[in-house]
Parts: sequence; structure tokens; C-alpha cells
Amino acid sequence: MTDTSVASRIGSEPERAGTSVEPSGPKPRRISPGRIGLYAFLILSALFFLIPLYIMIVTSLKGMPEIRLGHLFNFPGEVTFQPWADAWLHACTGRDCFGLSPGFLNSVKITVPSVLISIVCASINGYALTFWPYKGANLLFGLLVFGAFVPYQVVIYPLIIGLSSVGLFASLPGIIIVHTIFGMPILTLLFRNFYAALPAELFKAGRVDGAGFWRIFFYIMLPMSVPITIVAVILQVTGIWNDFLFGVVFAGRQNWPMTVQLNNIVNTTTGVREYNVNMAATILTALVPLVIYFVSGRWFVRGIAAGAVKG
Amino acid sequence: MTQTRKRRFPIHAVVGTVPMILVSVGVFVIGIGFSVLWSFTSSKLFPSYNFVGLSQYRRLWADDRWLISINNIWFFGLMSIACNMVFGYLLAVFMDQRVRQEDALRSIFLYPFAMSLIVTGLVWQWALDPNLGIQQAMRNWGWESFTFAPLVQANTAIYGLVVAGIWQGSGVTMAILLAGLRGIDSEIWKAAKIDGIPTWRTHVFIVAPMMRGAFATAFVLQCVAVVRVYDLVIAMTGGGPGIATTMPAVYVIQLITVRQNVGQGMAAATLMLAPILLVLAIGGILQWRNRRKESRA
Amino acid sequence: MRHLSKMLLGAVAAVALAGASSAAYATDVEVIHWWTSKGESAAVSQFAKAVDNDGAGDHWVDSAIALGETARATVMQRVLGGDPPAAAQFNPGRQYEELIKGGKLLDLTDVATAGKWDEIIRPKAIASACLVDGHWWCVPVNIHSNYWAWYSKPAFEKAGVPEPKSLADFVAAAPKLKEAGIIPFAIGGDGNGWQIQLLFQDMVTEALGVEARDKMYTTKSAEIAGGPEMKGVFEQLRTLKQYTDDGYANRNWNDTTNLVITNKAGLQVMGDWARGEFAAAGMTGVKDFGCMIGLNESKPVVSTDGDIVVFFKQDNPELEAAQKRMAALLISPEVQVAFNNAKGSMPVRGDVDLGSADPCMQKALEAVKDPAKIVTATNRFITENTNQQLNELVAQYFADDSVTADAATAKFAEIIKNSD
Repeated sequence: MTDTSVASRIGSEPERAGTSVEPSGPKPRRISPGRIGLYAFLILSALFFLIPLYIMIVTSLKGMPEIRLGHLFNFPGEVTFQPWADAWLHACTGRDCFGLSPGFLNSVKITVPSVLISIVCASINGYALTFWPYKGANLLFGLLVFGAFVPYQVVIYPLIIGLSSVGLFASLPGIIIVHTIFGMPILTLLFRNFYAALPAELFKAGRVDGAGFWRIFFYIMLPMSVPITIVAVILQVTGIWNDFLFGVVFAGRQNWPMTVQLNNIVNTTTGVREYNVNMAATILTALVPLVIYFVSGRWFVRGIAAGAVKG
Repeated sequence: MTQTRKRRFPIHAVVGTVPMILVSVGVFVIGIGFSVLWSFTSSKLFPSYNFVGLSQYRRLWADDRWLISINNIWFFGLMSIACNMVFGYLLAVFMDQRVRQEDALRSIFLYPFAMSLIVTGLVWQWALDPNLGIQQAMRNWGWESFTFAPLVQANTAIYGLVVAGIWQGSGVTMAILLAGLRGIDSEIWKAAKIDGIPTWRTHVFIVAPMMRGAFATAFVLQCVAVVRVYDLVIAMTGGGPGIATTMPAVYVIQLITVRQNVGQGMAAATLMLAPILLVLAIGGILQWRNRRKESRA
Repeated sequence: MRHLSKMLLGAVAAVALAGASSAAYATDVEVIHWWTSKGESAAVSQFAKAVDNDGAGDHWVDSAIALGETARATVMQRVLGGDPPAAAQFNPGRQYEELIKGGKLLDLTDVATAGKWDEIIRPKAIASACLVDGHWWCVPVNIHSNYWAWYSKPAFEKAGVPEPKSLADFVAAAPKLKEAGIIPFAIGGDGNGWQIQLLFQDMVTEALGVEARDKMYTTKSAEIAGGPEMKGVFEQLRTLKQYTDDGYANRNWNDTTNLVITNKAGLQVMGDWARGEFAAAGMTGVKDFGCMIGLNESKPVVSTDGDIVVFFKQDNPELEAAQKRMAALLISPEVQVAFNNAKGSMPVRGDVDLGSADPCMQKALEAVKDPAKIVTATNRFITENTNQQLNELVAQYFADDSVTADAATAKFAEIIKNSD
């Protein structure tokens, strides 16, 4: 997900601050042909979005003989939950046959500190860029945004050499640093845009009261940053939780995240492919970000409204 | 930008942004620098410093696959960005009409973003498979001549990727544009209504131009996704049939990891960065001009 | 705010704890490999069991990463980061040349001399993958052959044609199969078209013969590569494509095999690991499916692909001793039998009894005795870079009917001539 996560407001102009998140379209009348068309469009779109999820769920509930018949859209003739149990507990990934479960704690161990640290860094960056722009700060920011376009694999070699020279290669701090680095461009951008949209009087009042850099940040800015922080949390949790590439290289074997096992279950090419277990494993792996989406979807739009749109 | 008097080096601000300084200079500048450096070497499995001038670039331009991948990225980029924008905007406009079940719909549009492409790509591949997927299902239901299997033909496979790309990306576009729509002052709508301007015209000529910021954010997000497109291609077509759907990022990564030709891979990566540099430079100039215009006004 | 700093503190503590708990015990030998399928998992467990019970307190630490290219990339990145695994799986080829040159690998010559590897390992070709400049750099653990075609007996029966004895037989029978509503030729185009590449390599060997083929690769002979036999191969490839179905584009090899298993398709060209799929479907090589060795029963060949294990130099003498114990163990008779039985491949030593091998395995065991029937794996001759160029040429030719056989042959000759 972090691959899609850089935005810059090229060419954007400051817009009037407005904090309404209420729908602004014309008020609905009673059922009119237009209304019917509108719902038809939304429902058809929803169906389009749901096709893969539907396929995944029904496939995960079928046995392999039924899957071999190839009726992708058919409801399972005989519902089985065995693939789910296999995916979580029994699927073999090499010698060990414990399914996805051993990686879960590692994924948590990687995700929680990475999300926290990257958000703390990015919020300070955004704040400093907005209110304390020192000479060259914007150039640094530009470089950061540029870095967001580089395919990860290209900077992996220098990163490996760098981290191993300070003894952090293949360790938990190592992987946390890597996630902080690659989360920084988009998060800094979001926080910068968010702070830029706040009324300047807030900052000025703080300065008049004699408060310094950190005091204003902790007592004025942080408490106001809830909406954008939620967006940042969603983006980072999704990106870090789904990461495979960095986890397998930088975390060290003892900290391998769940995606390594997911990859082993799903990408095994030389043997019987158990598609039902693959599908169950994917849904299980995606549960954490999915839950976060469903719980905080409303805040996501609100936060983006505050951080990514105005500036 | 908020009007703050620029002090040259507010010490706390510099200290607070040490991580940013380290990352932008220490990782991106130095990292990219090394990549460029290695592109002039004969590095194979590991980076080395045996310089060979421009020969990696010559080999690169002699490779059909690289040329195809460049064509592909333009086509895929234009198609998927345009479709995503139009579809995302339509969704946002419709979602903005006080619809019932907005939360549920929004979750449905956004969930693809939360799932790993390793498997969702595979599911799309199935859905588009001639013997398993939509085509077969339609035929089973009696529509014998129904044909929809883009992935199997070299000249249509890229449309299959575009479909999956829309599925993955348009939800986020919708969220950003919806947020932009909700930032529009409701007085505008009222005024337009009083003037008797039809709704669609209000959208196209009044509201959309006011959402430049949201469009720009969504656009840049899409661009990053397009430039880096990798998982989607690997999971759905593996760059095939043949080499028909290779993309630059796929090419670079395969050169580095599979073909063990780090030098040529870095050359390709360096060239990938060139147009981005150009776009950022143009953007920077535009922004600078805008700011000048504002300060004059 | 206070909440946040508390969470941060917690995170820092978690980091510190994780660092402290990673201390090793006994002698951990970490092995990176991509043996992740069911049969392979069972096979690798045999290795692990042997190492864990070697009486010296060694412990097999299993680092499975699916997909050879992903696993290899991880190994390389770990080597670059100065934290190589103790051992890693590779395929015989030129993939680890640079590792030997760079002094990253552990020299196993003393273990090999003590175990008389040069005498017990057969065929010689598989030993030569590890024996470079008089030193042993890896342990070959099994032999896989790519040179097989698998066909459905019921499908041929239904079409009323005799079972094929060669690829030419099959091409002649294909129209009848098609009439009977069977997909004559099953293939899949996933993963850069490696199945097509495998088919192509098999056809090249069949058409040129082992000797001319080896000559072509070793002398980079554009003459052979651009000759009429090669053009014939490309033409035959196009013929075969006409007998496949629409769904081939992204199909995996095991889905392809499944078409043969379910008698929907006639024949598939695939390595000996396909036998595992037939076995898993409860089929026997006597009445349900047939196998054609070397794409031509009158010219049986086997290739010496397979897996090898390399060991990385470590600065810990205890670990080095454990690595050498493990190297000796992997090639010992009991472990070889246990591993290869589970995996469905051939042991690298001829002095072990495989008991009840099925008819197809018997053919292979017979062929492997004769050095003239051994085909060296293509990637022993050419680098991965050239290999991928060939891959792309063949995949593109197969997918795109507008590329002529002449053009493809010319391009093939050019790649061979410029191979590095």
C-alpha cells in the first residue's frame, strides 16, 4: 500500500478552510428516476468491487475436488471450514507445519512500533516544515517526495550495506527503521498539508505566550492532529502489515512477519496448490487492516478532507 | 503556506527533523546516487565497481523487453489513471447525494486497498480466465457466444491489468475526491441552483475546478502507483503472455534478482527516475509561479 | 499525549526484549530453501530430522521462502548484509559462481574426500556442478529430469489412436484427439513462460541430439543455433501451439497436469515432479497415465537438474564443524533414500536401493546409468541473464503468431552467439 502513498500538491492552490464533512449535494427528493439510477450505479459498482471477495470466500469454503471442477462463481456444494483451520494452524511452510499463526505476533511486534515511530517522526516533520521552515527545509522535503517514486528494490542494496555497517541488519530495530524511512514521504506530506490548513493564529498565539518549538507542538498541535493521525495509522498499518519484501530481508529470521508464511502458502509452485487454503490464508492475513478500515472508514474520509485536500 | 518569519536555523526545528534530514539525504540521495553509479559498472550478482561506461545503457536499449515495457507503462498509466479518475469522481459524486448505507458502500469501495495483491491478483486472474471465470459462467448461463478473456491474448492482456488496477485504486480516489467535495461550501450549490444552472454543469464547470487540490493529490497517488506497478503484474500475468505486459519496475526487479545483472537493472532504474524528475521540476516551477502570482495579487 | 509516550516506552521495551531473546543455543544451522510444497515439506523434514538427531547437538533452523527467485534474492541480500545463512538451497548452474569467486562459500573438499564423493556420486555431470577447480563447493542432494512427456491413456483410447512413442507420433495423433473433444496439448504460460521454455529445451535436445546441443552452447555456435534443425524446432513449437487451448496463458504447471489427470487434455511436457501430482490424484503409471522419456522413447535421456546445498563461510568454528557434519549427512545413504522417496526425485548416489520404483522411475534409473544419455542442464552452460533472454524469445514467439520461425531462429542464433 505504501507504494501508492505519496502525494504532493503540485499546482494546488490554497482553498478556503471548511470543516464540514456533511454531504453537500442537492437534498434528496422522494424516489425519482434519478434516484433509482444513482442507486443502480452504486450497487453495480459495489458488485464489481465485491467480485473478488466473493470468489475468495466461496473458494475458501470448498474442498479441492470441487475447486478442480472449475465453477468459480458457484456456491460451495458442501461447506467446509477445514481450509481455514489449515491456513491458520496446519499448513506447511517448509519443515514447520503451523500455518500462519507463528507469524502473527511477529507482525504485531513489527507493526506497532513502526507505525508509532513513523507517525511521530512525520508529524514533527510536518509541523517543522509548516511553522519553522528553515533554509533548505523545502529542498529536503522535495527530495523526500522524489524518493517516494523510486522502486523499493533499487535502494535496498545501499540500505542493506548501511544498516549492516551499524549492526542493525536483520533485527527488529532494523526493520522498524526501514518502515519509518519508507513511510516518511507520504506521512510528512499529509501532516504538512494538515498543519498548513490550521489557522495561523493558533501558532501565533503560542508564540506570543512565549512557547517554543516543542511546547507548541505538544500542547497546541498534537491535540488537534487526531483526524490526520487516524489517516496515517490506517495507511501505515495497511502498508506495514502487508509488507513482505522488507520483512523477509531486514527483520531477521526470528522476527519474520506473517506475510512470509502467507507467501510460502500462496506462492508454492512445485506441488499441489490448495487454492482454498490460499484464499483462507489471504483473508486471515488481511483481517487486521480490514477491521481497521471498517471501524474507522468514516474517519478516513474526514482525515483526508483535513490533510490531503487543502493546503 | 502559513506566514511565519523565516529564521535561518531554528535549532529545535532542525533537531526535530533530524530523521527527515537523515532519510532524504542519507537514504534517498545517497541511495539513488549509488544506483546511478552502479549503472555504469558491470555489476552482476552483487554491486561492484568495475566501470564500463555506457555499455549497460546500450544493452538496455537493445532489449525488446525494455522497449515494450516503456510502451506499456505509458499505455497502462494513461488508461488506468483516466479510468480511475473518472470512475472515482462518479463514485464520489454519487456517494455525496445523501445515500443510505454510506458507511457500508464506502467500506466496500475501500477494502481492496487493505488486501495483499499477491492473492487478489490471482483471484482476478481466475475471474478473467476463459475456462474458469466470467466467460465460462456466462456461457453456462446460456450466453454461448460470450467472450471476455483479456489476459490470454498478448494485445489485450494489458486491459485485464487496467481492470484490476481500477478495482484496487479507485476506492482511494473516491475517498479523496469525496473529501474534496465535502470541502466545497454549500452556498455554491445554492447559488448555482438559484441561477438555474443544471447540476451536471455545476459539477463540471464550477465544482470540479474548485477541487484542484483533491484532484492533484489523487493524481499524484495514481502516478506513484503506476510507476511502481509490480505486484499486480506479477500476480496476474507475470509479464506475459510472452513479454506483452512487462512494466519498467518489473523489468528492473527481474534484472536484479532473476537475471543477476545488477548493472543493467540500475541503468533501467536510473532511466525510470528521469521522467519523474522532470514532472517534479515542472510542478515546482508551476508552484513557484503560482506563489508569485498570489503575492502580487 | 501521556498515552502516546507510554506506548512509545512500551515499544522501546519490546525492542530491547526481542534483542535479548534471540541468543542462539546449541549449534543452530539456518537453512534457506524453497522446498515449500507438501511433498517437499515432507522431504525437507527428513533432512531436518537427520541433522537434529546427529548426536552432536546440531539444530536445523528452517527458513523456508517460497519461489526460488525470492529465496535466492533473500540469500544474496543476506550475504551482502554480512549475515549469510549457514546453508542455502540452489539449483546447479552458474548462479553461485560469483559466490565462489568472492570467497563467500565454505570449502567442503575435506568432507568430500573423506566421503569419497567423487566415487559415489553419479552421474559425473551432477558432481561437476559442485566440483570447481578441484574444490567441492556444494552438496548435490537429488536429480530431477526435465525430459518427460506425460499423457492420459483414456484420452488416447477415446480418440482411437495408439499411445505416442515420440513427439512426432503425438503431432500426428493430435487432430484425432481434437476431434474427440480433447485438448490435444496441455501447457501453461505462467511465470515468464518457464513451462514453454522447458518444452523448448526438451525439443532442442531431441532435435539436435545431446552432442550437437552441448557443442552449440559451449562453443556459442551460431551455425548450429541458426541451422535447419533449430528452425524445425520453432516450426514444431508453433504446430503444438495450435493444439493447445485458450486458457494456457497464465496456467500453472500443476493445473496443466490436472487437465491430463482429468483426461481433458492429451499430453503435457513436464519434469518428473509431475509424477507427484498423478500420485496425489491416486493414479498409477500402469493403467491411468503414460510417460515418454526424452520426448522420444527410442532416444531416452535424463537431465541432471536437481537441487544442491551450499554452505556459507562463517567466522564461528563450532558452526563450521556443524556445517560440515550436515554436508556429510545430506549425502549419506539413509538420508538420500528418505529425502528422495518423499520428493519423488532420484538419489545422487547409485549405491542405494530405491525398492519399488514405478515404471517411469525405472526408465529414468536405467537411463541414468549410461553417461551418453545424460543431458547437462542448460543453465550450466549459460548465465541466468542469457537464460532469461532465451526465455523471453521463446515465450514471445509462442504468444505472438506474427513472429516467423525464421526470425525466431535468427534471434536465437544471435543470443547464443552473444551469450556470456
